[in-house]
Amino acid sequence: MSDGLHGYQYDYALRLGDTALVLGQRLSEWVGHAPALELEMAVSNLALDQIGEAQLLLEYAAAHKGDGSSADSLAFGRDVLDFRNLLLVEQPNGDWAMTIARHYLYSVFHRLHFAALAACADERLAGIAAKTAPEIAYHLRFARDWMLRLGDGTEESHARLQAAVDRLWKFTGEMFEADAVEEALVAEDLAVDARRLAAPWRAEVEALFREAGLAIPAVSRMTTGGRRGHHSEHLGHLLAELQFLQRTYPGLEW
Amino acid sequence: MSGKTRDWTLYEVFVRSKNGLAHKHVGSVHAVDADTAIEAARDIYTRRAEGVSLWVVPSAAIIASDPDEAAALFEPAKDKIYRHPTFYSIPEGVENI
Repeated sequence: MSDGLHGYQYDYALRLGDTALVLGQRLSEWVGHAPALELEMAVSNLALDQIGEAQLLLEYAAAHKGDGSSADSLAFGRDVLDFRNLLLVEQPNGDWAMTIARHYLYSVFHRLHFAALAACADERLAGIAAKTAPEIAYHLRFARDWMLRLGDGTEESHARLQAAVDRLWKFTGEMFEADAVEEALVAEDLAVDARRLAAPWRAEVEALFREAGLAIPAVSRMTTGGRRGHHSEHLGHLLAELQFLQRTYPGLEW
Repeated sequence: MSGKTRDWTLYEVFVRSKNGLAHKHVGSVHAVDADTAIEAARDIYTRRAEGVSLWVVPSAAIIASDPDEAAALFEPAKDKIYRHPTFYSIPEGVENI
């Protein structure tokens, strides 16, 4: 395997791992503040699933980097410009509607993406995708049920959910991008071409929106760049909380 | 129904473990309806692989015996040992009754 391919595999694993890590961190911000005790447990479980997935993917990325890095050193030691997560998952939690909208829009993609990943030739990624499949199925079920209950709920819940969807829609385009990294890997069946997932994602989301009484927002241009390290202001604050302890006391263990 | 969480319905939760035959009562959850009640029960009562099957029942659907009537309901059975199969001995040589 050429050095170039290792580099691309590192980038790809980082994109997947950082997305899982940032989303896990965002969800865990709800702990202590969720609208109901049952939702407190639900959102903690979702967060833990994401962090577990991040651990597996960042360990793999560290293996490709091959310089003694670990999942921990990658998670706690890199700054904003080196993170490769989707912009969608770094958006703030907002209210429950915003969190649910973000989780639903991402989970529909996540399920399609990892279903395809489980069939690729990279054994380790396929294994991670297979292992996380039941978790992702539950995330989608949970998010979908809440989209329906908020969308087809009270006037207030519907208004908040529509506002959330309007605000987040411009970040959904980034999920279906592919650049030189994916193109090189897809040629060797070591990654998924996310461009092919746009149509099934759209169909699934449109069907749910119809059921929930939601309107698809009209967005003229998608906002993108997270996968290349161009992040919103939000990520810096999130990483400050995530990384503060390890950066202040390097190597600290619980 | 209003959207407030204090108006959510109370459900009793029953879990059957992998090796068990019966669902056991483990507690309760509040939810807006049946599907979200199952999800809440899954999130709260099966985190440590407690089971493979969940029942949720609206608490209002459960009719319980009145504790004040326990004597009338359950005392009379205590001294009727002839209701147990082990009370009867089968004579030797008799294969089937």
